[in-house]
Amino acid sequence: MTELPAVEVLSVEKTYPNGTHALQPVNLRVQEGEFVTLLGPSGCGKSTLLKMVAGLLEPSNGRLLLWRKPVDQIEGSGHRLSFVFQEPTLMPWARVQANVRLPLDLAGVPAAESAPRVHEALAMVGLDKCAGHLPRELSGGMQMRVSIARGLVTQPTLLLMDEPFGALDEITRHKLDSDLLELWRQKKLTVIFVTHSIYEAVYLSTRVVVMAARPGRLIEELSIEEPYPRGADFRVSTAFSRYAKHLQDSLARASGAQPEGAPA
Amino acid sequence: MTPLLARPEYQRIFYPALVAVLLIGLWQWWVTAFEIPKFLVPSPLLVAQTLVVDAGLLFGALYTTLKITVFAFVCATVLGVLVAFAFVQSRVIETALFPYAVLLQVTPIVAIAPLIIIWVKSPTASLVICATLVALFPIIANTTLGLRSVNPGLMSYFKLNRASRLQTLWRLRIPSALPYFFGGLRISSGLALIGAVVAEFVAGTGGTGTGLAYQILQSGYQLNIPRMFAALLLITVTGVLLFAAMAWLSQWALGDWHDSEANHG
Repeated sequence: MTELPAVEVLSVEKTYPNGTHALQPVNLRVQEGEFVTLLGPSGCGKSTLLKMVAGLLEPSNGRLLLWRKPVDQIEGSGHRLSFVFQEPTLMPWARVQANVRLPLDLAGVPAAESAPRVHEALAMVGLDKCAGHLPRELSGGMQMRVSIARGLVTQPTLLLMDEPFGALDEITRHKLDSDLLELWRQKKLTVIFVTHSIYEAVYLSTRVVVMAARPGRLIEELSIEEPYPRGADFRVSTAFSRYAKHLQDSLARASGAQPEGAPA
Repeated sequence: MTPLLARPEYQRIFYPALVAVLLIGLWQWWVTAFEIPKFLVPSPLLVAQTLVVDAGLLFGALYTTLKITVFAFVCATVLGVLVAFAFVQSRVIETALFPYAVLLQVTPIVAIAPLIIIWVKSPTASLVICATLVALFPIIANTTLGLRSVNPGLMSYFKLNRASRLQTLWRLRIPSALPYFFGGLRISSGLALIGAVVAEFVAGTGGTGTGLAYQILQSGYQLNIPRMFAALLLITVTGVLLFAAMAWLSQWALGDWHDSEANHG
């Protein structure tokens, strides 16, 4: 793991035109190869922060660097970012393979070159047999896998995920969580993952960044110092509970409530 | 009851057909039993006979009306789509022109048809213009709505991948608009026929015309009520067939991907 910062967020803040202060100035540095989770309640600005990293939103103030360059100048640097939305956001009229091929088509990659890459990306998420299906013929979890395959097909070095498994049932979510970790390790990706689930954050991350709402701000960073691969056993271990408890208290303190069992 | 009838697709044909047979039977019985004169209400049998005897006249008229309808429908579709594309290109264009599209829609065609018939020399062209005006609005409104109804997530995704305007239009806006567009087509096909018939009426009162509406007018003057019924029947059947054709086209084009068409899979 090299010690190059993949993402640098320097005093970035966001105020919407209607005056809502979505995010107070934030500083965050993500090293190459890290799996960082932004954890917080609704309205804490975690999605806003992620969208600013992706260049989907303009920060009102501050600077954002990806591999030490502004977001709109990373083309040609050999680095690429992919964004996976909360919803699968697939084109309902296009078959799975065409959906996965979309970013390549938009970039003008010739069909002969894109076909094997689409196949490879679908194989990575275990859906190579569904290439000819329409999105509506797949379950929610499978649609999300297609969306992830679409994110991987451009061979990104940075993967930004905005509550990608939020709408899925817990069993499917656990499965996708461990598949994602497997991909992260295989492809040596850098991942920034947004979630409001404490347990998902602990299970996945090398580091959890805790955020609070009203106003949106960063309150704590917690390294999860557990070795990978993390199996299902980790989810029920004492260490896991300790991390979860710590994050839970931290979130409760930020929202003004007394942490359970802690002296005031 | 046969097992075939348990299936909804057969029920959908069988029950309306049953109602038709019952109503026509009742009508036939009523006309015969009470000896209703044929210049008031002709029996269904007589209407059918007229349809055969006057076939040359009536189907010739149907051809004229159908020609105008189809012409107008095609014009309305092309024009409507062009206007919709212009509307989504800029809010200024839409804001400036939309009230006039509404103006065209709310002005009764019978009120402006005489003007158009006077201004335009060719009778066919004037009728096509009238019918086009009637059929235009749903295409404009639906297609505009469709081109704007793009999933915001997908829109962000295209933006994130630096898609060009043309790529976004071709790969995202147009496919998203198709279901709305076909909805517009379905409404407009019926309106084109109505527009054609109304325009023919106006032209027919002025003494020109050969279409079905003209036949209805003439039959009225001559108290040839059976022929009037036969012409009316042809108009109705044409309308239903047009609607069915559009429904089929929509099903064919959207296939199984859109919710509105995918209720059998």
